[in-house]
Amino acid sequence: MTTVHEPSQAKITEFEDNDQKPVGFGRMLRKEDARLLRGRGRFVDDVQLPGMLHLAILRSPFAHATIVSIDTSAAEASPGVKAVVTGETLKGLGLAWMPTLSNDVQAVLATDKVRFQGQEVAFVVAEDRYKARDALELIDVEYDVLDPVVDVRKALEPDAPIIRTDLEGKTNNHVFDWETGDEAETDAVFARADVIVKEDIVYPRVHPAPMETCGSVADFDPVEGKLKLWSTTQAPHAHRTLYAIVAGLPEHKIQVIAPDIGGGFGNKVPIYPGYVLSIVGSIVTGKPVKWMEDRSENLISTGFARDYIMRAEIAATAEGKILGIRTNVLADHGAFNGTAAPVKYPAGFFGVFTGSYDLEAAHCKMTAVYTNKAPGGVAYACSFRITEAVYLVERIVDALAYELAMDPAELRLKNFIQPEQFPYATKTGWVYDSGDYEPTMRLAMEMAGYDELRKEQAEKRARGELMGIGISFFTEAVGAGPRKDMDILGLGMADGCELRIHPTGKAVVRLSVKTQGQGHETTFAQIIAEELGIPPDDIDVVHGDTDNTPFGLGTYGSRSTPVSGAAAALVARKVRDKAKLIASAMLEVSVADIDWVKGSFQVKGDPGKAVTIQEIAFKAHGAGDLPEGIEGGLEAQICYNPSNLTYPHGAYICVVDIDPGTAEVKVRRFIAVDDCGTRINPMIIEGQVHGGLTDGVGMALMEMISFDEDGNCLGASLMDYLIPTALEVPDWETGFTVTPSPHHPIGAKGIGESATVGSPPAIVNAVVDALKPFGIRHADMPLTPSRVWDAMRGQATPPI
Amino acid sequence: MQVPAPFEYERATSVDQAIGLLERLGSSARLVAGGHSLLPMMKLRLANFEYLIDINPLHSELGYIRLGDDEVRIGAMTRHRELLESEILADVFPIFRDAEKVIADPIVRNRGTLGGSLCQADPSEDLSAVCTTLDASCVIRGTAGERVVTMEEFHVGPYETAVQDNEILTEIRIPRKNFRAGSAYAKVERRAGDWAVVSAGAAVWLDDGRIVDARVGLAAVGPNTTGIPEISAALRGNEPSEDLFQLAGAIAARSCDPSTDTRGSADYKRHLADELTRRTLRTAVERARS
Repeated sequence: MTTVHEPSQAKITEFEDNDQKPVGFGRMLRKEDARLLRGRGRFVDDVQLPGMLHLAILRSPFAHATIVSIDTSAAEASPGVKAVVTGETLKGLGLAWMPTLSNDVQAVLATDKVRFQGQEVAFVVAEDRYKARDALELIDVEYDVLDPVVDVRKALEPDAPIIRTDLEGKTNNHVFDWETGDEAETDAVFARADVIVKEDIVYPRVHPAPMETCGSVADFDPVEGKLKLWSTTQAPHAHRTLYAIVAGLPEHKIQVIAPDIGGGFGNKVPIYPGYVLSIVGSIVTGKPVKWMEDRSENLISTGFARDYIMRAEIAATAEGKILGIRTNVLADHGAFNGTAAPVKYPAGFFGVFTGSYDLEAAHCKMTAVYTNKAPGGVAYACSFRITEAVYLVERIVDALAYELAMDPAELRLKNFIQPEQFPYATKTGWVYDSGDYEPTMRLAMEMAGYDELRKEQAEKRARGELMGIGISFFTEAVGAGPRKDMDILGLGMADGCELRIHPTGKAVVRLSVKTQGQGHETTFAQIIAEELGIPPDDIDVVHGDTDNTPFGLGTYGSRSTPVSGAAAALVARKVRDKAKLIASAMLEVSVADIDWVKGSFQVKGDPGKAVTIQEIAFKAHGAGDLPEGIEGGLEAQICYNPSNLTYPHGAYICVVDIDPGTAEVKVRRFIAVDDCGTRINPMIIEGQVHGGLTDGVGMALMEMISFDEDGNCLGASLMDYLIPTALEVPDWETGFTVTPSPHHPIGAKGIGESATVGSPPAIVNAVVDALKPFGIRHADMPLTPSRVWDAMRGQATPPI
Repeated sequence: MQVPAPFEYERATSVDQAIGLLERLGSSARLVAGGHSLLPMMKLRLANFEYLIDINPLHSELGYIRLGDDEVRIGAMTRHRELLESEILADVFPIFRDAEKVIADPIVRNRGTLGGSLCQADPSEDLSAVCTTLDASCVIRGTAGERVVTMEEFHVGPYETAVQDNEILTEIRIPRKNFRAGSAYAKVERRAGDWAVVSAGAAVWLDDGRIVDARVGLAAVGPNTTGIPEISAALRGNEPSEDLFQLAGAIAARSCDPSTDTRGSADYKRHLADELTRRTLRTAVERARS
């Protein structure tokens, strides 16, 4: 069941709540912002320890080269240098290679050869970062340069250079083949279709580029044998376990601390060589060691995103009933398969490429290959590759609309999965929990004034002006995930939560997930507040420190609210259950005779006779006996294993104008209607949506990590890799519908990545729509002026 | 954090003292004004200088815009923001305000200078195109005194100027002509604050409705910002018209020498040279008439 809210009314009523601080769900300012906005945040680079040294990494200037020799003597003699370490040294310690999150291995420091520009070759530890950086210049590495594999389309050619010579018996650059859906059924559906539309669609390599780059401070205590590691990680517990496995340190002697994090977007999920090197540096020198990468290092060596070359085909009847979708994908995984995704999902959740439509059949075949580029692949708020899936389906549906000369909104409305079909099993094996798509779509069209926009467009076209209207409708799959299906290197994707109510009724909740800016300290306090009636300001949210929080897999893939948020609600209910027993004793009535009214238990029929949660908390810790069998204290813990993912959806409409003379694209309006189920803090949701939409403008119009033919990265600074500013984005127009998740305790679904997933196709569809007078059915991102001009002349080319 | 190689730093106290330091330190020293090009290059270790001489203290001496009857003199330390906000300049040469609105961002404009922009000699640099369009000359001072060079002489090559190791660019002089003048600037960029894909400046002087003189300057379409004398020759003596602008655009497109890079293809840039030449001439003429 969907509740539709008029956005204009919603805005007014919600803003009135702004300073009234809801005891539960509602709009309130973020608790963490007082600290962050005043410069009182504490990030990894703010960590200062006595005697701390600084680490700098020497990186490969070549994409593919054999290391002939490394001479570190001059660097070792450089003033202030405490250690210079190469791959050979690590080899002796058995640390030259480490496992990736996809059961591949990755070089910590290159020993045999370098496989991408920017790969780690050696490191220096020195008294300060200047001296460390200066000494890098003194390390003399002799390389024997090899031909690189840059064009992913040529990676499997018989004469392609073999990148992974480290893997025994490897004779090509093949990583994996993957398939989903039913090929024969899909072919049969295509055989009887009236219309088949085919497009080659590229989702270029992009980079999450968080404001804070990656870094760590390692402090190994040789006496206690304890390692403390402050690091920029979205998954502190998973990292700790992996360090224990890789480095052979006992897990209880490792404390991973993720302090304030300046943006993650999936960039801070993997374990990077730099983190490991800081640990090695601390062990070698006996001092705390800080490593903080610079902007260029972040862009060239850490987890990229996307890089899928997709052939999409859609089959439909002449009336516009979509019958099936099939796709062939060539995936560029870089030099090591470092994809951060559940193990059984090598292509992440790309399998949801059937989108929001009720199809008869679907099939996908994918081949992943190695190239001489940085590893990564799942990042940039992609919900494990749903960005690629949604882009594919929303682009090819638009191409079908073009071919059928149908309005793209009408075509979508005609093919939506209907509300009574939920839970809906897709042809590729996903079970959508809930959805009611048409009201969401209609609200977006109403907010946009869709019919008027089409009229305006027709008038402008008659005058030779270029205006485009683009639609995308997405269904996301977030909240990984049921542990029977989903794990990261054997670690089930469940999350713990601990809640303790102090004697005075204040509380502390400890989470296994970790905010990188999403506002957990507010959202989770509100979840507890909603369940227990304790004001959010009275609830301390502790997260990011493995010594002080329960185990769980961390924050990425929009999983915090679906998984950890559920844990928080359930742990609060456990506390409430115990509180009820104490309340019944305090009120001297039976448990059956009291009701919970947010914040207190009341005697049925006698609201004047009640005890508040604060009074109960004091009783739980106070003098006097508790009911028989009840322990003192008021606390609980839980580990939540979700029964399914949650499936948020949304309808986005973008309006662009293109200057016919210069081919510059201006995003004039953007309407985003999101349905993430129950809304905890609308202000935070809107903030996440605004950020994701801005990401979408970046990817659609300007962002791309490209390489020259030698494998040199051409996006190594923010002058070359463009991310959008306030001047490129319109005033966002947001609205919402509410279709709760049936299996989530509070009905909430994830929202963190919806806008990043949903906005690029809306923008590209708008640009392609604007170019309709030129007979354009598809053009690839990034739609820079030059590439739009190419498209206008019928010369659109793939970006790579 | 990107960190530069070690260097010595000294703040200049006067133009002559700075020249003295340059004389003594030679090519191992570099002047730093706004620093928005030099410091990133040093942090990336693309530029390594043993000495930096900070000439920001010379702003009081070299930061000015002076309107004379036959020329405008602008001190080399005049900051972007001062150029942007100057009503005098907007009145006589509106091309400056057009350009300054699309140069980088407020933080850069607060600190970056006219002299620094010109001395960086980046082929995509906007103020060089503006100065080329306006037929500016550059005053360069050394121990032997001052010399004045044209923009063509000033630009020796990409990132290379006529300013010697022991000299300072002190002033830009822009001639005023006794006719109705109009000027304009247009830039295509991939994102606000980016370097130009292509930009164009145009200036026209009208007498009795006819073009007495006209100049067009382009950026990012060749090794250095490019003035195109052939356009001036084609426009002089004619009444402004769309046909004439089209002719000028065609000359611009065939006279420039762009290369394909991540900002765009050579063909597209050539097209923009045409398109932006026509647009800026159109605006410049409108302004001259009003």
